[in-house]
Amino acid sequence: MKQSSAALKIRENLMRAVFFTAALASIVAVALICVFLFSQGLPAIFNVGVSEFLGGTRWAPLNSSDPGFGILAFILGSIYVTAGAIILGVPIGIFSALFMARMCPKGLYRFIKPALNLMAGVPSVIYGFFGMVVIVPAIFEAFGKQFDMMSGNTMLAASIILGIMILPTVITIAETNLRAVPQELYEGAVALGASHERAVFKVVLPSARSGVMAAVVLGVGRAIGETMAVQMVAGNQPALRLPWEFLKGIRTMTTNIVIEMGYVEYGSLHNGALIATGVVLFVFILIINTLFSILNRDKQEKRSLLSLRAKRGNPDTKLTKEQ
Amino acid sequence: MKFVLSEVNLWYNDFQALQNVSMDIKANEVTAFIGPSGCGKSTLIKSLNRMNDLIEGCKITGFIQLDGEDVYGSMDVNLLRKRVGMVFQKPNPFPMSVYDNIAFGPRTHGIKNKRELDEIVEKSLHDAAIWDEVKDRLKKSALGLSGGQQQRLCIARALSVSPDVLLMDEPTSALDPISTGKIEDLVMELKKNYTVIIVTHNMQQATRISDKTAFFLLGEVIEFGDTDQIFSMPRDKRCEDYITGRFG
Repeated sequence: MKQSSAALKIRENLMRAVFFTAALASIVAVALICVFLFSQGLPAIFNVGVSEFLGGTRWAPLNSSDPGFGILAFILGSIYVTAGAIILGVPIGIFSALFMARMCPKGLYRFIKPALNLMAGVPSVIYGFFGMVVIVPAIFEAFGKQFDMMSGNTMLAASIILGIMILPTVITIAETNLRAVPQELYEGAVALGASHERAVFKVVLPSARSGVMAAVVLGVGRAIGETMAVQMVAGNQPALRLPWEFLKGIRTMTTNIVIEMGYVEYGSLHNGALIATGVVLFVFILIINTLFSILNRDKQEKRSLLSLRAKRGNPDTKLTKEQ
Repeated sequence: MKFVLSEVNLWYNDFQALQNVSMDIKANEVTAFIGPSGCGKSTLIKSLNRMNDLIEGCKITGFIQLDGEDVYGSMDVNLLRKRVGMVFQKPNPFPMSVYDNIAFGPRTHGIKNKRELDEIVEKSLHDAAIWDEVKDRLKKSALGLSGGQQQRLCIARALSVSPDVLLMDEPTSALDPISTGKIEDLVMELKKNYTVIIVTHNMQQATRISDKTAFFLLGEVIEFGDTDQIFSMPRDKRCEDYITGRFG
């Protein structure tokens, strides 16, 4: 008896060690990435000068007599295409989520949901191809002559593609949160004489506000980090643009890294500056994730408050609920 | 007569939840529905403002008339629900401010004028006996109120669209005795201006506040009459057994 309980204990400890190691692996990976990024990137930033690096507009890493390492154009580029993606993708995403959560006939849902999952699984290079073959020529067709454009590779094209790419993320998270809104709130609105649409828009949607915001934030994270698809349609000119110049080409932080990484001289300041661009990107993602978890925390607190109240008040809700 | 029901039958898919229910419900009275769980009393109350429409597979036959109009006829269901307000078992304030909770109903029915809304909000909260407790925090979230306050807020919300009838589906089952007492006092007050129909599991509550009582069993109305009579001299053996606590 005693022996077997000891054996059990050993086995338990062993399993715990296995799980702990597995959990540790991902943490170690993130930690190593951080170490790599900051150890390689920070010296470059200080070498160039923080304000010169972040605020500089001249990117000329190969000019040997007077090299420029300002990435402001790329930071703005990332912000522009992400903002564009949000403007185009978020309304569609939220409306889709509302439709799927509250208005969709069951039969149709069985098609939409898998289609959305498929959309989430399509590799970004395919989105890029779609952009190259369909969106870019369409933009050129529509505006090319009027605005004397060289090609349709533009900020707009990148925004459209990213707007499509963030849809699965935005819709899935928003839908989950809209579904989590207690049915009692919907019924409360309908019982006051509100139509289905009004109850959904004015009560259900606001009740899921923080969850929907979290969906948007996650969409931002997806858009700002996207590389391949953007590179294929954005034109990639390392020039400083203004927000309304969306019919011109643009380069983002991610595409700047991927484009120049191939021919950069290892150990050079150019190499360091590219890694430093990664550091800036990393900080952006860090901010976005923090925002996401704050929004989620809000939501959880609210929900636990609600369920707590329900539990305390009425322990046998299920029993007394009538057919 | 406020409501006239005749031969109401209701099915959830194959399950018959109501059988040949006929009753007349008088205006400005409190009518209580009592009976064991699953006996159809909540189902019937939800038929009166057509909340059962939300349930898939629900089918209803017979007549329900409100002031002589067929509830399941050509009547606009949203206007019906404006006339027949509802308070639910669990307090369900919207996660917005106290003010917006009350203003939701009138806004739904087209009132936009700020002063008019202010008046309705104040009057509704007064009528639900919660004004003094919330008047200084109208702009704060309704979720910060206690359970009992939330339920009275929900009553105020139901009153905000000036209904004729107030349906209450076990409104105190989630509340402590003190809050329950407040709601019961309120119901007594409300019947001056409204017709109140209340589902309750609490028999003392039915005797305290109702004028008429209907006893339900397995989807049938076994006995319906004056509350005094039902609780002192029930005519039906099953009703007597239930009231005296022999089953339930």
